Amino acid sequence: MTATLTATGVPKLARGVRLRHDEARGQWVLLAPERVLNPDPVAVEILKKVDGARSIDVIVDELAATFTVERATVATDVDAFLSGLAEKGLIDVTLPVIGDAAS
Amino acid sequence: MSLIEEPRSRVEVPVRPAPPIPYGMLAELTHRCPLQCPYCSNPVELDRRNVELDTETWLRVFSEAAKLGVLQVHLSGGEPTARRDLEQMIRHCVEVGLYTNLITAGVGVTPERLQSISDAGIDHVQLSFQGATAEMTDKVSNFRGAHERKLAVAREVRRLGLPLTVNSVVHRANIHQIPDFIELALALDARRIEIAHSQYYGWALRNRGALMPTRDQVFWALDVVEEARIRLKGVLTIDAVVPDYYAKYPKPCMNGWGRQSLNVTPSGKVLPCHAAETIPSLDFWNVREHSLTDVWLNSPAFNAFRGTDWMPDLCKSCERKEIDWGGCRCQAMAIAGDAAATDPACHLSPLHADLLALAEADAEGTDIYDYRRYFQPDRTG
Repeated sequence: MTATLTATGVPKLARGVRLRHDEARGQWVLLAPERVLNPDPVAVEILKKVDGARSIDVIVDELAATFTVERATVATDVDAFLSGLAEKGLIDVTLPVIGDAAS
Repeated sequence: MSLIEEPRSRVEVPVRPAPPIPYGMLAELTHRCPLQCPYCSNPVELDRRNVELDTETWLRVFSEAAKLGVLQVHLSGGEPTARRDLEQMIRHCVEVGLYTNLITAGVGVTPERLQSISDAGIDHVQLSFQGATAEMTDKVSNFRGAHERKLAVAREVRRLGLPLTVNSVVHRANIHQIPDFIELALALDARRIEIAHSQYYGWALRNRGALMPTRDQVFWALDVVEEARIRLKGVLTIDAVVPDYYAKYPKPCMNGWGRQSLNVTPSGKVLPCHAAETIPSLDFWNVREHSLTDVWLNSPAFNAFRGTDWMPDLCKSCERKEIDWGGCRCQAMAIAGDAAATDPACHLSPLHADLLALAEADAEGTDIYDYRRYFQPDRTG
């Protein structure tokens, strides 16, 4: 259960999971079946980039550039956060099929 | 967050606490339902089709809910798919940013209908099972073949890629099936199961003698659920609604009256919880005459038991007052005859021993159900 995600994997919010800004309370929320989660500001920045198009690598690159933080640090944080979401079934991570890459 | 300290004024100005903002709204679209479960949470006096809100009013209510700050809407009933305009409502909810949750019995829902509900943008489906076996489901729901139809719907929901929750209400006749309910949820690829002990209001209160489990059954059930929760962490979320007749502390009903959620009935009454109409002193405003925000903030019914000011001294002086929120007002009404009394489920209530005796006596009752029904034939179809 502590598996790290493949950096080339592309995360996407699972069906039934939505990120939105909650105007009434002035905060971002992650909505899931019978759950309302309040992601912290760092988590929100990651989640905004989870769009089913960007790979984890790309997400890390972009965050490292935007916040001028060392890439390795960002990579560790992103992996820990997304692994947790994957374990809870809140995101699906698809791997790009390239050649005969082993699964 | 804690690094930022809130500015404090030097003069103590009495500030009215900010009104709470509701997270969820239960939309009871209709009371019509093909099943006749004896513990149905609908009132004993069911709304007929001719008093149901029209499409336009529901759409307005959803818009108002979103504006008020509601995040999730639970489309329920009765059987919500009995409303032909369900898809229109779902599309509207999606448009105004509401998360939609369908709570269905799954009987009479064709694959084509599910496809259309999915296309409309439903986020999550909760499907009820009255038993873990066909025999039990059919008996409790009083509908032959219900179980098979539910299984088919569950498979279709997953085939469409929608997240599925299995809803099971447990009571004396089926409580021993809890492990089988959990297996059923896993077999159907559900990510979540609700194991709700029957709550004794309305129909369930009428049927309490046929539903009440024994104390041994209840404590066995709590252990089974706890063990499964640990074993299935990360695989299946188990949410339990606990039985309170044998408990020490009352349930924090609705997490506080008028605090997190509201309920709109088929005819448009806005209630703090689905049993609130059992409190005769309360007057419920209707969405036909008031905006949802007006009802939430200003209606006397919502303010009657909001916060802790209404509490009797026993609750007010209790350190758990903002944990239990005084327990359940409807249960205080049903058992103590006073909606503002301490919930008799609390061990500090003077009526606690009576409640326990009542449960023990009912647990010896017979399994004959007074099935949910309209009292006169429905002429409106």
